[in-house]
Amino acid sequence: MSVTAFLTDSTLCIGCKACEVACKEWNGVEEDGLEWSGFSYDNTGSVGASTWRHVKFVEQAPVPGLGGNAGEHASWTFSSDVCKHCEQAGCLEACPTGSIVRTEFGGVYIQPDVCNGCGYCVTSCPFGVVERNPKDGRAFKCTFCYDRQKAGLIPACAKACPTESIKFGEIGELREKAQTRVEELRQRGISDAAIYDPADTSVEGTHAMFIVRGDPRSYNLPPSPEVPTAYLKKAWTSSAVAAGVLLGGTLLAFLFDGRRR
Amino acid sequence: MGNPLAAPNMDFDPRREHQLEDIRRQAEQRGRLHVMGERPSGAPFPQASPENGYYQMPLLKEPPWTWEIPLYFFVGGAAGAAAVIGAIADYTGGDRELVRHARWIAAAGSVISPALLVSDLGRPERLLAMLRVFKIQSPMSVGVWTLVGFSTGAAAAAFAEILRGRYGSSLPIRVLESAGQAASLAFGLPFSNYTGVLIGATAVPVWNRNASTLPLHFGASGLGAAVGLLELLGHRKNRALQALGLGAAFIETLEGASIELQPDAAFDPLKHGPSGFVTRAGGALAGPVSLALRTASLLTTGKRSASLRRWASWSSIAGSLFTRIAWMYAGRVSARDWKLPLALEEQRSGKSASPARKREPVEGYEDQSKQSRNLNTQKTGD
Repeated sequence: MSVTAFLTDSTLCIGCKACEVACKEWNGVEEDGLEWSGFSYDNTGSVGASTWRHVKFVEQAPVPGLGGNAGEHASWTFSSDVCKHCEQAGCLEACPTGSIVRTEFGGVYIQPDVCNGCGYCVTSCPFGVVERNPKDGRAFKCTFCYDRQKAGLIPACAKACPTESIKFGEIGELREKAQTRVEELRQRGISDAAIYDPADTSVEGTHAMFIVRGDPRSYNLPPSPEVPTAYLKKAWTSSAVAAGVLLGGTLLAFLFDGRRR
Repeated sequence: MGNPLAAPNMDFDPRREHQLEDIRRQAEQRGRLHVMGERPSGAPFPQASPENGYYQMPLLKEPPWTWEIPLYFFVGGAAGAAAVIGAIADYTGGDRELVRHARWIAAAGSVISPALLVSDLGRPERLLAMLRVFKIQSPMSVGVWTLVGFSTGAAAAAFAEILRGRYGSSLPIRVLESAGQAASLAFGLPFSNYTGVLIGATAVPVWNRNASTLPLHFGASGLGAAVGLLELLGHRKNRALQALGLGAAFIETLEGASIELQPDAAFDPLKHGPSGFVTRAGGALAGPVSLALRTASLLTTGKRSASLRRWASWSSIAGSLFTRIAWMYAGRVSARDWKLPLALEEQRSGKSASPARKREPVEGYEDQSKQSRNLNTQKTGD
């Protein structure tokens, strides 16, 4: 039993969506319908209650000579998005029922038999991952295949990925692998290859790292995600001030009024 | 009659005709077309880029809460402040009738608040799952326990009041009454404003950027509503309530001004669009309007003064309700803003937000938007 992680390498992804299908198949997640975004071949848009893996289709201006692109064809990269399983997870901290827990593998897991659907985790995720299932009322997201990991198996998406774009393994090993891979890509001329793992933010790193090309914002990966517990001190200070003002003000008002009478 | 091939007079546009000729010319010369035909609505479509994010699609999920939660914020804020007013009025030997009314408002809130909260849960039958843990780092958990303490205290105080009215005063009834009142005061203080912490400590930009003022704002809003309700229940001459109403309206005026003066793009939902309208309406009613009406009622006498104060009460109550609705609405709008989580909002002021390098456009490839601009500006003078 070790602390595990995903490393999703967008330079290897072919956009086949096998991970999405495998995830739905193993976890019994319902379909999302075939509604196209109108911007690309993306028909799910983002991760959500019924999309725990989501393949992004990042179409950009052409770059000849890379990825076999001809001059007039848009450059395509694909990237399979997933719950980031943050080290400091906003959803986990916010959950008032204790339904969301940290597993022995380091993942963030929503216990479906405890969740009462308060929806606070939805507003607390800086990556917009957790969502309430409108039919069911509870919150859902990637389970990191907790059941499979407990049985010694790798997550369904990683198992189904035909190009090993989705790598799964011990987190330290994967971090090294990511470094090696990015160096290798840079040597091959893909100078904009980069690792996305917001370790220097209040999220303190994730259990789902990504290798992307260029600015992670093209992939809707936020440059500086903040875990909402970072705002607690400010907010409770203001709350204490408000309570003090209310108590003091009311006391003054009634004492002064009583004396004048 | 006439030539069937002649263009109909009605909507013949020579520019469109030239466009067809242009397409023909280009097809002849290059064997490939680079012009576009008609621009589809919404074009040019965003591309995935550091400037546009992922096709300008929002990253964050909208808060899933419906009408119950802003109403809960309103009821809870008013009930919490009413409990504080009632207890302090009692301790300072104030008007008995005022104490009784304040207790009833708190007790009503202690019943309505949990009902609203439960009905908003995705799984209402599992409401007790919240009471299996206490998590100091979760404002929702702290809030639920505050609600439990407040509701118990406020209900006990009101219940003791009924018992006293029916069976006369006795020691157990007095103990229940003072314990209930003390609890409703102790829990009422945080209960009246914790909802500001609840939404302040989230990933929703417009909420978390106001984390340091929201609790004070919500506390003042609840106090204004409680004062307004008590005045409408007949305490129109109470000077302490007038002072508290003035204080609440003053804080709300300052809050409104500080929101309006913020240049931060994250504050836009509070100023523009429908959510901005509701915010401004609520802020004006709870702040300057209420402040002006109360001041005017102080400066006048007799019927006119009473009438102004009644309007002020309604203004505070409506302002508080609108304010709660507005913040929920603004939160939804803010979560839909794709720019904020990607830290692209500075671009509005002309500063370049992204240090990332731009990919050089390739020879022969023209940006779609540029092309359509070219088409539109092409003159027809051949």
